Amino acid sequence: MSEILLNISGVNKRFGGLQALTDVAIRIERGQIVGLIGPNGAGKTTFFNVITGLYQPDSGTFELGGKAYSPSAPHAVARAGIARTFQNIRLFGEMSALENVMVGRHVRTKQGVFGAIFRHKAARAEESAIRARAQELLDFVGIGRFAHRTAKFLSYGDQRRLEIARALATDPQLLALDEPAAGMNATEKLALRELLVKIKNEGKTVLLIEHDVKLMMGLCDRITVLEYGKRIAEGLPSEIQKDPAVIAAYLGGAH
Amino acid sequence: METFVQQILNGLVLGSMYALVALGYTMVYGVLNLINFAHGDVLMIGAMVGLSILHALESYFPGLPGYLQLAIAILGAIPVAILVNVLIERVAYRRLRNAPRLAPLITAIGVSILLQTFVMAMPFWGRNPLPFPQVLSSEPIMIGGAMISQTQVLLLALAAIAMFALVLLVERTKMGRAMRAVAENPRVAGLMGVDSNRVIVATFAIGAALAAVAGVMWGANYATISFTMGVLPGLKAFCAAVLGGIGNIYGAMIGGLLLGIIEALGAGYIGDLTGGLLGSHYQDIFAFVVLILVLTVRPSGIMGERVADRA
Amino acid sequence: MSPITFDLQHQPHKARINMALLLALMIAFPFFASQYGNSWVRIIDLALLYIMLALGLNIVVGFAGLLDLGYIAFFAVGAYLTGLFASPQFAALLESLVYNYPVLGEWLVTLFGEEIRQNGIHLSVWAIVPLAALVAAFFGALLGAPTLKLRGDYLAIVTLGFGEIIRIFMNNLIDPINFTNGPQGINMVDPIRIFGVSLAGEAGSQSTVFVGGYGMPSVNAYYFLFLGLCIATIFITSRLQHSRLGRAWVAIREDEIAAKAMGINTRNVKLLAFSMGASFGGVAGAMFAAFQGFVSPESFSLTESIAVLAMVVLGGIGHIPGVVLGGVLLAALPEILRHVVEPAQIALFGEKLVEAEVLRQALYGLALVLIMLVRPAGLWPSPNKEERPNAALARDEEEEAKA
Repeated sequence: MSEILLNISGVNKRFGGLQALTDVAIRIERGQIVGLIGPNGAGKTTFFNVITGLYQPDSGTFELGGKAYSPSAPHAVARAGIARTFQNIRLFGEMSALENVMVGRHVRTKQGVFGAIFRHKAARAEESAIRARAQELLDFVGIGRFAHRTAKFLSYGDQRRLEIARALATDPQLLALDEPAAGMNATEKLALRELLVKIKNEGKTVLLIEHDVKLMMGLCDRITVLEYGKRIAEGLPSEIQKDPAVIAAYLGGAH
Repeated sequence: METFVQQILNGLVLGSMYALVALGYTMVYGVLNLINFAHGDVLMIGAMVGLSILHALESYFPGLPGYLQLAIAILGAIPVAILVNVLIERVAYRRLRNAPRLAPLITAIGVSILLQTFVMAMPFWGRNPLPFPQVLSSEPIMIGGAMISQTQVLLLALAAIAMFALVLLVERTKMGRAMRAVAENPRVAGLMGVDSNRVIVATFAIGAALAAVAGVMWGANYATISFTMGVLPGLKAFCAAVLGGIGNIYGAMIGGLLLGIIEALGAGYIGDLTGGLLGSHYQDIFAFVVLILVLTVRPSGIMGERVADRA
Repeated sequence: MSPITFDLQHQPHKARINMALLLALMIAFPFFASQYGNSWVRIIDLALLYIMLALGLNIVVGFAGLLDLGYIAFFAVGAYLTGLFASPQFAALLESLVYNYPVLGEWLVTLFGEEIRQNGIHLSVWAIVPLAALVAAFFGALLGAPTLKLRGDYLAIVTLGFGEIIRIFMNNLIDPINFTNGPQGINMVDPIRIFGVSLAGEAGSQSTVFVGGYGMPSVNAYYFLFLGLCIATIFITSRLQHSRLGRAWVAIREDEIAAKAMGINTRNVKLLAFSMGASFGGVAGAMFAAFQGFVSPESFSLTESIAVLAMVVLGGIGHIPGVVLGGVLLAALPEILRHVVEPAQIALFGEKLVEAEVLRQALYGLALVLIMLVRPAGLWPSPNKEERPNAALARDEEEEAKA
């Protein structure tokens, strides 16, 4: 259980005059839940976007499961094994919940034009498998009964779950969640926590951006802290809580 | 084949008209993020109205000096063009301001068709090409080995005046500031007390006026107009606006003139460049080739305004 | 619940009955209409081709959400290909080729035989149709490639530009090598020959086609062919819609970034949309050329691209039955109007107040404007909301707002 799954170092990213990320590194062991926290504007989502291929880094080394991967294109990153959710929920609004998750299976399936038109045995089998797995995942995250509801009509909390189900459908090695608890009340957060523990128990590895410190402390195995694009602390939750640099970053030390 | 100087001159004449129309596109895009597909047809309407006015002048006030006739034609075409453009905005685009962006574009295409249909259906205009009265002397003026007609000189002068006036308006007046504010950030402009509806109407009006000038002078220059005359120049003017940097007024001017020159030079030299394979009738493709190149290589255009694509 | 539905997924029983009824009607139609002369069937023949075009464009605009304003270029490609390889035109091309590039010209003669000097190349329909589909698909990918990173309205204008470029080339590719015969177009395009039976009818029989001892007018024969092709198109596009690929298209339409994040290679999937859509255009073009017997650049202008778009938009973007309805309305109605309205005006007013062409244009313009203002999902949108692209078109706006 101490195999390194995600090994990223030396990430730099500049946007015009702004150095968004400076020499950021992160190491995640397989099976862990690792948290990424920091004040607003610290570069957390930027970092996410870099490792998932949405932004091109100025420098950095990227390894997943021991193999180098190139964060050059989001779909290649998904194929390599990192699946993500978005801060502002990006579902396929007009599709049903089930179809959203079925799209998640795209990267692990292969039927193309021929299979679409002729629906031969292999194509039909793949379609059934996709549909079955999608339903399974919807049940897993707890919204199985909404399979045929149009995604944009789901409640906020259910939409977040749906996004997670869709990401899981890609059979990722690493699940990267960007503020999954944003906008949730205490009850919903508890349910989310349970879901994340369930995901961890399935053997998945999770990287998590969140603002709810209490949630993070109780959930994460390790935490990395960013401020102004730099990593200022990394360690066990208990260590992070007591780290003076972290406290200063959040509460504003002497500037 | 014409001399280099002649081609540059031709290019400037053509480019001035493109610039006038490009300004309309770029201003509307600046405030509304909308390509007013029907803008080229406003040029056509301007030309048609100009034609009718000139005919009327011929019948009722024969013998007026050419420059005066054209002035009256232009002054008459402008209000009609403004009315048309403002009506289009009010009826077709206003309701769709918050709609998915492709909706106004599709509507604009429909409006373009309707404008053309309207002109087609009018018995005094109709489907066939119409000869545009030539009220200025056609004796050419020689400039450094190249010929330019009085009409073309007038065209260049009017274009320059119009563009200068526009710059003054945008930089020095309250309305101009309001326009720039709405183009930057409509919501905040609203919070600062700018009535964005008025600004938008003003933008459409100004664009229409410029197009009307271009339309009448187009007719005077090319001596023929028809109900489809606005489509291709409109599209090319849009390409010019993108070339210069969509949303940027100076970009539209530069882009327009530049595109005119590119077209003129291109038509002149394309035969040589392609070893006789392509001739000057391929002139029309330059604008689109330029558009594709700009959007591929430097989407923000020469003046580097809006980014035209999103990865 | 509407009594008329073709939704096989949700109401299979009703849908099948409706389909069977419709099919019966369509098959009976020509026999009934022939009583009144050939013109009605001819109108529907052309309408069927336009419906094919609309269905092809529906893949690009409706499924994948890419506003292609130059779609008619693929129609042109298929038509001109047929014009080149199923008519005497190749002889003219060869002549110009031999004149300017003798080596190449002679090589072609040795390849295809001496008679192409006189007669040109005459491929059979079985070769032309796949060729048209493939070449059009290639052009689809070619024209789509530069647009992959562009946003909605820019994509529209660039595709429009491509459509124009193709038209200009078709209009001018006469010197130095005569590919298209320029503005005059290509004449004497072969009619379609299936199993030895020419659909233009036997010579001297006043265009009557004899099938198994039974004779029918040529337009009727073409009618059944085009109907069959239309049905095949509906079948294929429907299958594409409800497949892994179809889902990928809708995902890109709804949210391209999320689609990428879920592992969809958006570049390839978009190119597939362009190619597949184009291939239908190419086949329709080949049929058009053979049916008309001639090909000229006028049939492939921006107006035509917009007309096909209007059919898709009017009917119901993305919804196949809606698109067919849009095609029927906008392709057949103007022609029907022409046959009815002009004589009616002369009878009533003694003169033609409004020409049919004007009516046709007005219809297209109004269709586009009114639909967008009043009923943007189209006249017959999908009852399953997930097939409607409205939200997708809004996504671009959100992008802009976040910038």
